[in-house]
Amino acid sequence: MSNDQPSTHEPLEEGVVFHVHGVTKVYQMGEVQVHALRGVDLDLYRGEFTVLLGASGSGKSTLLNILGGLDTPTDGHVFYGETDLTRANESELTDYRRFHVGFVFQFYNLIPSLTARENVAVVTEIATSPMQPEDALALVGLGERLDHFPAQLSGGEQQRVAIARAIAKNPAVLLCDEPTGALDSKTGIVVLEALQRVNQELGTTTAVITHNAGIAQMADRVIRLADGQISEVNINETKLAPHELSW
Amino acid sequence: MSMRAIDKKLWRELWNLRMQAVAIAMVIIGGVGIFIMSLSTLDSLYETRGAYYREHHFADVFADLKRAPLAMQKRIETIPGVDKVENRVVAYVSVDVPGFDDPVSGHLLSLPDNSRGLLNQIYLRKGRLFEPGHDNEVVLSVEFAAAHKLQPGDKLHATINGRRKMLTIVGLAMSPEYIYQIAPGALFPDFKRYGVMWMARKPLATAYDMDGAFNNVTLTLTKGTNERDVIDRLDDLLKPYGGIGAIARADQLSNRFLTEELKQQETIATVFPIIFFGVAAFLLNVVISRLISLQREQIAGLKAFGYSNLAVGLHYIKLVILIVGFGIIGGISVGIWMGQGMSNIYMEFFSLPFMLYTLKPGVIISAILISLGVAILGTLYAVHHAATLPPAQAMRPEQPAIYHATIVERLGMQGWFSQPTRMILRHIERRPFKAVLTTLGISMACGVMVVSGFQEGAIDNMIEVQFGLSQRDDMMITYTEPTSQRSLYSLRDVQGIEHVEGFRNVPARLRYEHRTYRTAVTGLQPDGKLLRLLDSNLKPITLPPEGVVITDYLAKILHIKPGDLLTIEVLEGHRPIVQVPVVGTAKQDMGMNAYLQQASLNRLLKEGDAISGAYLKVDEPYQREVYRELKDMPRIAGVIEQESAVDAFYENVAQTILFYTFITTILGGSIAFGVVYNSMRIALSERGRELASLRVLGFNRGEVAYILLGEMAVLILVAIPVGLLIGYGLCAYMAYAFDTDLYRVPLVLGLRVYAFSALVVIISALLSALMIWRNIAQLDMVAVLKTKE
Repeated sequence: MSNDQPSTHEPLEEGVVFHVHGVTKVYQMGEVQVHALRGVDLDLYRGEFTVLLGASGSGKSTLLNILGGLDTPTDGHVFYGETDLTRANESELTDYRRFHVGFVFQFYNLIPSLTARENVAVVTEIATSPMQPEDALALVGLGERLDHFPAQLSGGEQQRVAIARAIAKNPAVLLCDEPTGALDSKTGIVVLEALQRVNQELGTTTAVITHNAGIAQMADRVIRLADGQISEVNINETKLAPHELSW
Repeated sequence: MSMRAIDKKLWRELWNLRMQAVAIAMVIIGGVGIFIMSLSTLDSLYETRGAYYREHHFADVFADLKRAPLAMQKRIETIPGVDKVENRVVAYVSVDVPGFDDPVSGHLLSLPDNSRGLLNQIYLRKGRLFEPGHDNEVVLSVEFAAAHKLQPGDKLHATINGRRKMLTIVGLAMSPEYIYQIAPGALFPDFKRYGVMWMARKPLATAYDMDGAFNNVTLTLTKGTNERDVIDRLDDLLKPYGGIGAIARADQLSNRFLTEELKQQETIATVFPIIFFGVAAFLLNVVISRLISLQREQIAGLKAFGYSNLAVGLHYIKLVILIVGFGIIGGISVGIWMGQGMSNIYMEFFSLPFMLYTLKPGVIISAILISLGVAILGTLYAVHHAATLPPAQAMRPEQPAIYHATIVERLGMQGWFSQPTRMILRHIERRPFKAVLTTLGISMACGVMVVSGFQEGAIDNMIEVQFGLSQRDDMMITYTEPTSQRSLYSLRDVQGIEHVEGFRNVPARLRYEHRTYRTAVTGLQPDGKLLRLLDSNLKPITLPPEGVVITDYLAKILHIKPGDLLTIEVLEGHRPIVQVPVVGTAKQDMGMNAYLQQASLNRLLKEGDAISGAYLKVDEPYQREVYRELKDMPRIAGVIEQESAVDAFYENVAQTILFYTFITTILGGSIAFGVVYNSMRIALSERGRELASLRVLGFNRGEVAYILLGEMAVLILVAIPVGLLIGYGLCAYMAYAFDTDLYRVPLVLGLRVYAFSALVVIISALLSALMIWRNIAQLDMVAVLKTKE
């Protein structure tokens, strides 16, 4: 991506990774207009663990998609560092996802024909300064299951492979969409521990979207969305460890 | 009665699936259409030929003789088993068409005064029959007239028995005797240089010195008569009158060529629809299986409401029958339409006066059963797969498919492949059956293309061998009667004739043990250059002074080998029966003959140095003058110019071959396209989520396309050599099936044929890849984050 983006905003505050300014998103669904986001302003800070909390239809997934370069807002700007993602073209967005963002999906989305190690390697092979796939898997506690195919892994293990895959490229930001949504709470906690460990040991900026308020207690900051707007921002004075959470 | 809810679901889903349904229906329309077209065209040809023969009283036995008194007819009628007898006067004449310089030979047949004849009745297409008292009226064959743009009222000249006569055309006609119109001894039809004409009996007999006599007789047999017995008795009766041996309908020239052509059509009409239908069946199965597996959640839902597996299965079978039903109805209509078109093309090609389009119920029933059977089988498999899952499990996301490391990787070559390449290899290995079927489908397309190139190449090769290596004369003349070799001097004197070689030719029946074959025995010059016999390596053979060399295929038919004694029953003159040792075989793709040195044949016939004709080498610029001189020589019955014969042949078949190549190229291309495109569409649908995930992870379109298209590329790379092999096999089968005593189709396949076949497959694949590229570009990355399947 080129660095000479025309910039219409004041220099970013120290430590800000994402600067979201006045973002709206309107979907045309048949004859109905759906306002998914109605003017969102938001900053995400380096190394921060943020939880975006909201009910279905609150706009949290739309926001995550826009942050991840999968969708473009109808109005407003999203700055990643100095770069305005809303002005990037298709191939610039692909490069952005390739080199800067790690994704974790609700349904893992592993490649069934590749082993755990290869599922990580498929991303590190196209990244610029990646970790070793084995190291990434060791970080999420799967150092022993390197050569298992997805079909041979439990749901929690699959999700941890997905986390290893997301962090192995050393991304600037890790975006997680309902990472525990398809898991029972016990397995979910193991996955959250993996996320927390990544955040703490690598200092990766992490944004988790969820409708599960229980998870919010492990975040540095909790941003609540309702009807496409930010309704509340809380900073957790005392964070809980994942094993202390319950839902 | 109101519709049940589940049936409403059926109709609404059919509506929602309409694009896919149309795609499936198209595949069936193609398969059923080609199936019905091919088989109905063939049935129509057989049916039409049968009706034509019946209605126009095509004879069962044909005999030529020198001259017999009309009273002989009564004696022929008394042969047991003979139904109707008609005697005729038949004359070979040379014809002069105004504005056409080349020599034209004609066959002039008598018709009983002012009637279409008793047997072999003509079909008058235009004009009228003869009027009493008008002695110079003729009816022309439709093809001959069309080749020269002649119409009733036009005039032409014919030299009958040495006398030039002006004839007026009064009508144009067809005959069951000349459906395939080819000059005796010629290898191909040439409508410009050979024509059939009919004339009233009285004037023709007068002109040909046949008053009160006949030189040709045809007859029909009563049911259950042994043809062989009648022919033997007839031969005995006609022997004193110069009979040269009667022939059965099966050996009648036009009928024999037609039968061979129909046999070829039959081979083509079975091979192609089987391939096409097989591929259509495969596509149908794949598409329907996928359609059902996409309905997994709905199936679970229905089961959760209490529908049984059977009820769910029936529901989907109804859906499939509806879709396939449209395809079948469409396919039958298209098949009938194409079948009628094809039949009409054949009607023109074969000189048939009418065409009875015949569609046998069996053909339609087979098409319906095959289509439905394949579709229902695919449906049942997929429904079974989906319905046996407990409903709750079916509503959860599908478990990741089970994969293993591939054989190549286990062999230690793992390091050679990137992850995307491993995905390709493992995906192929996980569903080997599907990969094999897809490969086979593409191979078939490639094979069809090889077959399409085969016919043209084979014909080129036949002509090249026959006229480039074996028959090297420019013209061949035949005398009206065996003539002394001295007559060659007068030919040598003609300016422009560079070289002359006489030959002797007699009709004969060849016999070895209980097997016989009727053909001609030819006596050649020992050091002849204008007709050379070739061995299996196409090297010229020298004829030894004694003994006979026969065509290799004739040796095969008679089960005779060099060293054996061949019995030759001569069917002319004193009809000697002699035994001659076979000294060798000659490779010959057209016709079957026996060859001796001319002197040796003269000795066997106990005659002097008689010749039947001569091969001429003519200096190109003098060709016209040579023609004119030859035309005026009274003893010369006919002149065949090789080059114009070959040209005329190409002119005739070029269009047919072009059409055939065009059809097979479309067929091969569409099979390749259909298999590749459908396979990729389904792969995209099955793996869309996986590929979209990779897009989210930062893979660009090209990298994602590599995974999908790479798999197809691997299969195509395997399919092409397999397809070329299949094509070779199909050609070998066709060459074998086409082999007849009239001609053998050589199995020659040039590099060009293979290259073109591979190219068509590759271009079809690229075309479908191009279309798939658009779908890859439109992969929905946002949806993939949420959807389960």
